[in-house]
Parts: sequence; C-alpha cells; structure tokens
Amino acid sequence: MTYENVKKEPLVRIAKRPELSKGKATLVRLSSILVALLIGGLLILVLGYNPIAVYADIIKGSLLTGTALKSTVKIAVPLLGAALAIAPAFKMKFWNCGAEGQITVGAIVSTYFALYHVDNLPSPVLFIVAFAAAAVVGGLWGLIPAFFKARWGTNETLFTLMLNYIAIGFVKYLRIGPWMDKGQMFPKVPMFDKAARLPEVFGVHIGWIIVLALVIFIYVYMTRTKHGYEIAVVGESVSTARYSGMNVGKVIMRTMFLSGAIAGIVGWMMVCGTNYTLSDTTANGYGFTAIVVAWLSKLNPFTMVGISAFLAILQKGSNTIQTNFGIPASASEVLTGLILLCMLGSEFFINYRFVFRKKTVGGDD
Amino acid sequence: MDTFLNFVVAAVLAATPLLFGTLGEILTEKSGHLNLGVEGMMFMGGVAGLAGTYYYEKAVGEPDKLVAAVIGVVCAFLCAMLGALIYSFLTITLRANQNVTGLALTTFGTGFGNFFGEIMGNAAGGYVSVGTVIKAVFDEGIPVLQDIPIIGKLLFSYNFLVYLALAIALVLSYFLTKTRKGLNLRAVGESPATADAAGIPVSTYKYLATCIGGGICGLGGLYIVMNSANGTGGVWVHNSISGYGWLAVAIVIFATWSPLKSLICSLVIGALSVLPYYYPITFIPSAIYEIFPYLATVAVLIMIIFRKKKNNLPPASLGLAYFREER
Amino acid sequence: METAAIQLKNLTKTFGSVVANDKVSLEIRHGEILALLGENGSGKTTLMNMLSGIYYPDGGEIYVNGKEVIIDSPSDAFDLGIGMIHQHFKLVDVLTAAENMVLGLKEKGRLNTKVIGEKMRTICEQYGFNIDPDKKIYDMSVSEKQTVEIVKMLYRGADILILDEPTAVLTPQETEKLFAVLRNMRADGKAVVIITHKLTEVMELSDRVSVLRKGVHVGDLITAETNPQELTNLMVGRAVTLNIERTKCENPVKRLEIRNLSCVNDDGVSVLDNINFDAFGGEVLGIAGISGCGQKELLEGIAGLQKVSGSIIFYPVDGSEPQNINGNSPMDIIKRGISLSFVPEDRLGMGLIGNMDLADNMMLRSYNKGKSPFADRKTPAELAEKVVDELEVVTPGINVPVRNLSGGNVQKILVGREIASQPTVLMSAYAVRGLDINTSYTIYNLMNEQKNRGAAVIYVGEDLDVLVELCDRILVLCGGKVSGIVDGRTTTKEEVGLLMTSLGGAKEAEKQ
Repeated sequence: MTYENVKKEPLVRIAKRPELSKGKATLVRLSSILVALLIGGLLILVLGYNPIAVYADIIKGSLLTGTALKSTVKIAVPLLGAALAIAPAFKMKFWNCGAEGQITVGAIVSTYFALYHVDNLPSPVLFIVAFAAAAVVGGLWGLIPAFFKARWGTNETLFTLMLNYIAIGFVKYLRIGPWMDKGQMFPKVPMFDKAARLPEVFGVHIGWIIVLALVIFIYVYMTRTKHGYEIAVVGESVSTARYSGMNVGKVIMRTMFLSGAIAGIVGWMMVCGTNYTLSDTTANGYGFTAIVVAWLSKLNPFTMVGISAFLAILQKGSNTIQTNFGIPASASEVLTGLILLCMLGSEFFINYRFVFRKKTVGGDD
Repeated sequence: MDTFLNFVVAAVLAATPLLFGTLGEILTEKSGHLNLGVEGMMFMGGVAGLAGTYYYEKAVGEPDKLVAAVIGVVCAFLCAMLGALIYSFLTITLRANQNVTGLALTTFGTGFGNFFGEIMGNAAGGYVSVGTVIKAVFDEGIPVLQDIPIIGKLLFSYNFLVYLALAIALVLSYFLTKTRKGLNLRAVGESPATADAAGIPVSTYKYLATCIGGGICGLGGLYIVMNSANGTGGVWVHNSISGYGWLAVAIVIFATWSPLKSLICSLVIGALSVLPYYYPITFIPSAIYEIFPYLATVAVLIMIIFRKKKNNLPPASLGLAYFREER
Repeated sequence: METAAIQLKNLTKTFGSVVANDKVSLEIRHGEILALLGENGSGKTTLMNMLSGIYYPDGGEIYVNGKEVIIDSPSDAFDLGIGMIHQHFKLVDVLTAAENMVLGLKEKGRLNTKVIGEKMRTICEQYGFNIDPDKKIYDMSVSEKQTVEIVKMLYRGADILILDEPTAVLTPQETEKLFAVLRNMRADGKAVVIITHKLTEVMELSDRVSVLRKGVHVGDLITAETNPQELTNLMVGRAVTLNIERTKCENPVKRLEIRNLSCVNDDGVSVLDNINFDAFGGEVLGIAGISGCGQKELLEGIAGLQKVSGSIIFYPVDGSEPQNINGNSPMDIIKRGISLSFVPEDRLGMGLIGNMDLADNMMLRSYNKGKSPFADRKTPAELAEKVVDELEVVTPGINVPVRNLSGGNVQKILVGREIASQPTVLMSAYAVRGLDINTSYTIYNLMNEQKNRGAAVIYVGEDLDVLVELCDRILVLCGGKVSGIVDGRTTTKEEVGLLMTSLGGAKEAEKQ
C-alpha cells in the first residue's frame, strides 16, 4: 500500500458558521443586490451605454411620474399576491410551483362571470361572486396535487408544474374555441364590459388594497394562529406533527387550498383589474417569479412587499430604457435573474464560511 | 402513404428539440439535481448558436457548412453550459434551493436569450437572420442517401442535429448502464452520502452531470432557433423557445429517467404535436390536444407510486442538497 | 515493536461550539482487535469518521504505518487501506451487491459484473461469508447488508477495518458469526476496530480497549488484564455503584391492558407478535430487548402512531368505563380525555422540533386547546420557563432553538413537557441514551416521581443494570414476542440477558 505523501490540506473547505446577527445577514443580502447591479452595469457598459444614466432612467421611468408609479404598482400587486399565496405552502415545505396555473384558473372563472353574467348581476355582486369563485376554483386546483401528496407522497414540484400547462392549455382552447371574439381577425377572448372592470382607488384597481390586506392576513395567519403553527410543524417534521396529534394530510390539503385560493384571487385581479380580458399569458410568469420572491423574503410577508416592489421597478423601468436608449426591455429579465441568482448565492455566506488552507504535509510548500 | 411518410418525418423533426432537453435533464437529474432552468438554458444555447453562426457568416462571407455546424453546436453547448454552471455553483457549492435556483435561471436565461437576440437584431437594423447556406446546414438531410425512395426520406432526410440527438441518447444510455462512471453517477443521485463514503468525488460528478446536461439542453435551443421546419429558421423571434423546456421536464418523468424510453416518449409527443396538420382531427379541439403531454405526465407521476419495483423511480436524493459534515 | 497501523496524535474536532473530540491520541495495530469503548455521545464515531474521511479534523495528526497523512475524503482513506462500516449502511438500494462493490473504484475496463462476482466469491470463501452478487440491496435483510458492507471493504483491499456498533442490529447467532469472521481477519493480520458501548462484547472479542469519555481519551487497557467494573469506571468517570431509589409500589391500579397486540410493518415483516401485558399506576414497567425487537412499534402502537392489531384498553383515573384506544389517532386519544405521555426515542425527529424555540416546543402538546383559531402562546412560554427552572436546563433563554442545546438539556425539555400534563400513563423510549450520568439520574428521579404520583410508567431501556435497579417489573422482548415478564426486585441482569437473546430462555425462566 503505497501512498503519495505530498498531500496538502484542501485549499478551501466549507464549515458551518455560528449564527450571524440579523443586521449582518441583511447587510450580506443587500450587498448581493449591489453585486448583481454591478454585473448588470458592467454589461450595460460593454454594450456602450452609461450604466448610471441607465439606472437613473429606470428609477425615473418607474417611480417619478404619476402614470409610471401607477404602472409599477400594477406590476407589483399580482407579484406580491402570488408570493403571499406561495408562502404558506413553502413554509410547509410543499414546493408549490403551480401558482401560475392557480392564477390562470382563477382568471378563467372570473372571465366566465365577467363575460356571461355582466348583464344579469349588478357590478358589486358580480365582483364578489367572481372573487369567491376564483378563490374556490384556484383552491381546488391547488388541492389536486395536495391530495396526491398527502395520500401517496407524489412529487409535488413536478405535479404542480404540469398543472400550470394544463390550465394554460385550457385557456388556449377557450380563446380559439367557445370564448373567441367573433369580431376579431386574431382569435382572442373579448374585452370585458365596463361594468365588469374593477373600480380604481388612487388610479390603481382595488386589488392593491386586497393584497395589502392579505399581507396582514398571511402574517397573522402564519405567526399567530393554530393553523399557522401546524403548517410550521408539518414543514419541520412530519413525524413530530403526527406525534403531537396533527392530521398531516388534512393540514397539507387545507394549506394548499388556501395557497391556491389566494393565487386564484390574483387571477381575478389580473383579468378584472389589469387586462380586462383573458389570454394564455394572463399569469405572465408572476407565479414563477413569485416563488423566488417568497423564498428570498424568507417567507416574511413584509419583506415580500419590498422585494416585489423592487422587481416591479426593474420591469417597468426597463420599458423606459427601451424607449430612451434602445436597450431591449428583456434587460429587466436579465437583471431580475441576476439579482435573484446573486441573492440565492448570498444565503450561503449567512450559514457557512470558507476555511482556507493552514497546513501541508510532506511537501516543501 | 405519402401523407403518412410526411407525418413521420415531421414527427421526428418535432421530437428532436424535446429530445435534447429531455436527455440533458435526465443526465442532470441522475446526479440528484432537479434543474428547472431547462428552458432558460435552451434560450441561452439558442441565442449563442445563432450569434456564433451569424457572426461567422458575417466575418467570412462564404461560410463553410461543416465549420458553421461546429460553431453553432459549440457556441450553443458552451453558453447553455454557462447557465448550468451558475446553477451548479449555487446548488452544489453554495447549497441554494434547487427549485428556486432553477426558476431563477429560467428567468435569467429567457431574458438573456431575448435580450441578446434583440441587441443583435437592433445592430443588424431590424432583425437578425442568417443566410441561405447556414440555413441549409440546419435543414438539409444526408446527401445521396436521402434520395433513395421512401427509405431515404424516412431515415436520411433529417438535419445533422437529429442524428446528433439520437447518438447522444444511445451514448447516454450506454454510459448510465454499462460503465463504471455511469454507475458512480447513479450512486451519487441515489445517495450522495453512500457515494461519498465509497470514495466517489460527489461534487465533481454533480458539476459534470449538470453542466454537460445543461449543454445538451442548449442544443435543443439551437435546433429551435436554426431549423425551419420546427423553429424559426435562423431568425431570432421573441420568446420562440417558450414552452419547450417545461415539456422536456415532463418527458423526463414520462420516460421514467431512461434515455432509451425518452426516444419513444419524445417521438410520441412530437407526433401528437404535428398530427393535426396531416390527419385533421375534428372531435377534439387542438388546444385540448396540446394539453395531452402534461396530462400524461401527471398520470405517470401518479402511476409510479403504485409500482412495486424500485427500478423506475426518480433518483432517491433528487432535489436535496448534500453536505458531508451535516449532522 | 513494529510500527502501529494507525497512530492518532492530539486529534480534535468541533461542531459549532461542541467539542466532539479533544486531543485524542491512540494506536491501532495489525493483527489485533481494538475495542473503542465509550458512552453514547462520547465521540467514538466522530473520531473514526475522521479516519474514514467523512470529517476533517480541526487539529492533530494522523500517522499510517509511521507516516503522517492527510485524509480529506473517503477515497483517501481507501488508498490508505482504511475501511469503515457505518452504523447506517452506505449502500445504494437500487443497485446489486456486485455493483455496490465497485462504486467509486478507480479500476480500469468496462463494468463486468461476472468478474466482480468471481472476486467476491473468493473473498467470501476466505472468510466464510455467503452473499449473492446479483441480489439487489433493497431485497436484503439487515445482516445480509452488513455482510455486503464488510465484503465491500475487503474487496477494496482494506487492511484496517472499522466497525461502528455492528451488533446493534444483529441477532445473537448473527453476532456470533460476525465475531468469528472478525477473528479470522485478525488471524490474517488485519487491524480491526470495533466501536461499542457494550462491555460484554469488549470482553469477548477484543485484545485491547481504548476508552473515550466526553470526547477525551481516558485510557488504554489490555482486555485480558481488566474487568467490566474497571471499564465502567473509566467510561463514566467515577466509580459508580448504581443506586437508584426504588420505592415500594403502593396499591397498584391497572391503567393499561394490552391484549393480542401484533404489528406488521410496511415491508410486510411481522415486528410484534401477540403481545400481552398490563401496566399499573404506581409502578415502573421496564421493557428490555435487543434494539429493534419491536420496542419502537410497541410504544408507537399504544400512542396511536403505528397501525397495530389487538386491543389497547385504557382504564381512566376517574374509574369510568375502560376504553379501547386501538385505531385512535393521537388527536382522538387527546380528545377522549386520555392523559398519555410519550417520550420518544428520536427526540429531535419526533418529540421536539430543533429549529423551534423552547416555548414553541412546549406548544406541541397544547396548541390545539380551546375553540379560538388563535394559538395561545403565553401558557407554553410560562411552561417553558417553569421547566427550565425546575429541571435546571442550561439555556440562554426560552427563545433559543432547541437544536442549540446540548443533548441532556434537550431531553430535559422533552421530559419536562411530557410530565407537565400529569399523565396517567407515561411511556419513554431510551430516555437516557447519550446523556451524561448526572442528567441520567435526573431522568430516573423524574420517572420515580411520576410513579409515586400514581402514574403508570413504561420505561424502555438498553442498560440492564439500570433496568434491574429502576423497574418494578421488566417485560423482555425478543424478536417481537414477549419472552418473559420478571420481577425487577428479584431478577438478575443475567436472567434478563438470557431472555433477551432467546425465546428458549423464556421457557427456562418459567420453569424456575
């Protein structure tokens, strides 16, 4: 048994670090955003633009005028709503990647009421009925994977992902089939009647008030109620949950119903408040981006407000830089992606540290 | 008969981009990593392949077909691999959550593709498009052989990427079942702690599998951007790759993580997607019909629960981070 | 003297703020079986994990055959001829035995299971094993898996073999077979280390003993020149004569009546077979047995966590109708007003939640009280304060995650919560496992207090000395059957040990 005895201690190894203080952890996270913006700035510079001017334009184009601010809020509201929907499921370690589909089914039922009952229901009743129906159907859509997970332990990540495309496929069917607007060249669902459009408060549809109320609701639900406690316990350890008398299957299904219901409400807002029609892209990827928002917020509803606002600013601002600089609006996705990836990476430095080489054996290093 | 032949050819052409994505994701998942960024990596591969061939053409004027093919493949592979490398670094070394990282990579990659596609378009004064020679590289079948009646069309009329995908599937299957390294990789995906204790360099295997897997996914993007039968034919179209990545994730499950079965599964899905153009179906609306692959995947997800055999299940540690000193 | 196979000098390993090994120095020699003895949590496994490349030491040196080496990964360990058989087997379930052999090996050529099978057969014949190379691991019994592990190490040319608690999962016959194999290896010149906390094994098998206590190496002894008493003293730190105060049972009342209890686990294996016994208030009923003989299923079955057949009759304190609680979920049991407490074996996996703070862990039992949708957080916080106070739990406060506490303090929190509800029946599984002597005594006293209060205490233990000192009656399980129920005051360790190892012992005991 020969052994090459010039071996070094590994150059870098990873060790768990004692807990970081909250302030320091926040600092790490904030600096990761800064790193992402620096990389983005570098990219802008390479393309031959002035990064500072571009970033300034993003801010200006998203916050500094009334109209700009309103469109930014319109982007932030569904994003925040979807993140709130995901939070309870993720707390339970149920990886609900299906908010996109749950938003879509909520939008479908809302559209049904907006198109076919606008004449026989007064507006407020119509809104409430559509709202309730969107919540219930969204909830049921979320319940399907939860049922299979609770009963047989199917993989919920893949299951919920597939359900998204089933819901979106159904919208396509409605768009070119039964709900097609006959008067149009391009097959699309008709625009809603004025009576089926949500009223505005301060220039933005009332969805923003509902979402802010949901922030409080989710916060209280998760931290103060028995249900919230059950969710936390199931997420940490299923056997402890059973030991303490919880019906784990029931908790999973109930929580996913809630998660889907909130997503369904977001769908209701999207069609009745923002788009005034239904399309394949009604959910617009919010269901996916929201997953990252929820995760990076550590499932804290108040942090989610900040992060979704930030991403909305980027998205809205990128439209402005397209007009002003000719930089494609997809820049917002690139920047968003960069920021998300950097923030994900930064979590590591909060929990672990690198230990560098101290000694070598045998060699004359 | 002619219709049927055309239908089969169209099915193969439609199946190929899905096959690339599926094979890449199978290799990735075999290492225990669920990379939901398939679509993002396809976008990255697609735009890089287009850029590579486009600028090559611009530089030389008279492009050589072989060189163009190599440049397209290498650029697509490397760029998608870059995306996969970001994912690997975050999930393997920095131990970030795999689902979330994959989704962030999708956002990033989609933006990356569209952004550079449009930048190139802006620079070219409107939209970016390759010339006829390069288009032919990604469309033409095998010379001479393809002229044999029926068989020529059935077997030799495809562009080189189709044969490349087939080759990758066979090699991957051989690798996973018949080689020591393949065995080691499966062990890593099943139980990293066991693999580690057996002296397998777990992180190296994970990095290689996710990065090469990502590169293979990128070839799917290249195919969609360059092929004219099932793509945009050398032109960048906004969001042209959307949907393919998720379908590939679905087929991985449908094929129960087997490269050989994925040949059949992607062909079935490809055939279904082109069927209405050859045999109009009146009793099912075509949009409902497009849902089918996803429904089938859900059915497979449910069915594998009831299988007693442990052979066709997903890799046991799929989605979990590994840290040797975790207690 | 020839150079030692392995020499450790001042090896140190810390996890966060916990020092698992503190400057440990010891020697492993060829042609010798070394027992590494220590209580649970004394750092035996951690120390050996540094040799097998699982952990990297924070300080100290390792010498193999006289040369200093760095073992950074399991593959480094294999290169040095070190093979470790972990308590949780490191085998890939979906692969065959042969495929598991060659995982990670740097052999050339393509994968040929026939060749591997041949090589395995040679090893099997040499040492007296019997395994089928083409059998999948998931089709194997525990002892077969262990055999595969050992053959795997030999296949890799290991000449230093480390076994971590290898007998915990074996029947006595299997243990004998294993020991024979290990002796063969010793004769073959290999160095064997066996990690254990069982004195009988040390005395029977080893040539030398190294003792660890709380991460510190406290002594090396020649087995032939020592005795169990001396080893115990070294292991626990001072000359202990177990002296647990056992009060008389004051008019015991029947609280629990178990009849024909059987259990078949998910793999279709019968783990409990027709169990019958009664538990009385004011009495400690001990349950002894080799680990994995149905103890877990028995307690979990009574607690409503495991599907069992038969009847579990509960006799309420108020003298009302006895109730059969089999088939009830833990929530049903609570709702029926039955006060049943359970200290499970897996403290942080079942009894408590490591990431939650003390107060939130107290809530596990009480969160659902009352009609309000809101959870009462005040009462649990008060209870946490009370438990910390009364049981002298060492913690910076009640808002600290439980996982940050030491093992003993974690257990105090768990037991404290379970006895807070003044249970009619208190069940505990391996309540002192991994705890230091002082905390162990605290736990014994708490059990006795509950007994004196009138609770029926069921105590599953592994240390026979403790069982015969603490318990009023001892039920002995063997392979899922009751092999005997003996009086704790008159029985001896030997009698219980005999019952544990064979049902035949049961007949023997009945005759007496």
